Amino acid sequence: MSPQRPSALTKRERLRSRAIAVIGLVLVWNLLWGAFTWLNTITGAVIAVALLVVFPLPPVKFGGRLRPVAVVKFFARFFFDLTVASFQVAFLAFRRGEPRSAIVAVELRVKSDLNMTLVAEAVSLVPGSLIAEADHQTGTLYIHMLGVRDAAHLERLRAEVLQLEARLVRAIGSDAELRLVEAPVPTDREERPA
Amino acid sequence: MTLQGVLDAVAAVLMVTGALLSLAAGVALLRFPDLLSRMHAAAKPQVLGLLLMLTGCAIRIATVVDITTMVLIAVFQLATAPVAAHMVGRAAYRDGQTRTDLLLTDELAPHLDRFSDKPDDKPSRFPATPPE
Amino acid sequence: MTYAAVAIAVLLTAACAMTLVRIVRGPTTLDRIVATDVLLAITATAILAEAAFSRDPTALPVLVVVSLLGITGSVAVARFVSREQDS
Repeated sequence: MSPQRPSALTKRERLRSRAIAVIGLVLVWNLLWGAFTWLNTITGAVIAVALLVVFPLPPVKFGGRLRPVAVVKFFARFFFDLTVASFQVAFLAFRRGEPRSAIVAVELRVKSDLNMTLVAEAVSLVPGSLIAEADHQTGTLYIHMLGVRDAAHLERLRAEVLQLEARLVRAIGSDAELRLVEAPVPTDREERPA
Repeated sequence: MTLQGVLDAVAAVLMVTGALLSLAAGVALLRFPDLLSRMHAAAKPQVLGLLLMLTGCAIRIATVVDITTMVLIAVFQLATAPVAAHMVGRAAYRDGQTRTDLLLTDELAPHLDRFSDKPDDKPSRFPATPPE
Repeated sequence: MTYAAVAIAVLLTAACAMTLVRIVRGPTTLDRIVATDVLLAITATAILAEAAFSRDPTALPVLVVVSLLGITGSVAVARFVSREQDS
């Protein structure tokens, strides 16, 4: 559809994304039964394959690789942010006056569907930020932020979203994507209305 | 104090904190000025409140079968809550239910014409949507 | 543990009452949907608290279903509301 998103997957990529789906479903099946046994794994695999044949999922391009240390870092930081933000919003509820908010456009650097989805999920799970709209052609998330004090605070929140993206890419992105987020953030903002 | 006593105390603290977050969500739902702000309040008991309760529960009921069930509850909740929030938030913004006087900036408004909801606009994104 | 149980019961009851006020007051369908979501989350929290205090995991599978299905109501209504705006 758009130039930066090659929608045609090679056969190998397709097989890889199917395999990840099957592994995930088998894991859920085992958790539902409450025990990891061979019987559960085999029946789970049969059901997972049947499910994917009957209800095929749209192909998701997963080009990166897992970096375990970065994954742990991502989750640790995510739960830390989640806790802090939850209590911040809770305090806002009890404080006098109506909280100010803002809708910010954040253009992600990695514009793949998977990256956009995961960043959006993480951003909206943390209270105080909410996805109002997502433009997957330009890779831009429009985020409603609660309790924004002033313009400087707003820029800090925008930078935090980009840092979250960087942590995510460090955890599961490919090397090319990693170079994109490690590059210094461009300072020109001429396309953004103040 | 026995180990069981310590564990029980930790579980109690976690669970009371979870309940406090639920209360804060109730207060915020009543007091916040517009729908989008209220939705931030809604995210707390749905995410951290539930996670704290689950942890407390897992400490009290420490069997493998039940802990796997609780992990699933957490995973499903974390995976589905943002989807619902996004759908409602999007509808709310379009419906004009945002108190624009409380917005510091609105960087979405100038781009809103890009996101027309008319089905003929984007046949490829929602192929399942029947034409109206 | 009994004190904790009483405290949690009081807190959750108060939270439920406030959420119900928002459901009654509205003013729009979307407000009510958000409040209903919160009510569902508080109910799930209460069920979990009960399971923890009685050390009885019977209700946990119900919560798996609730956490999966809680999304459908709000998504359906949100779609419905945005359709209405278009027509």
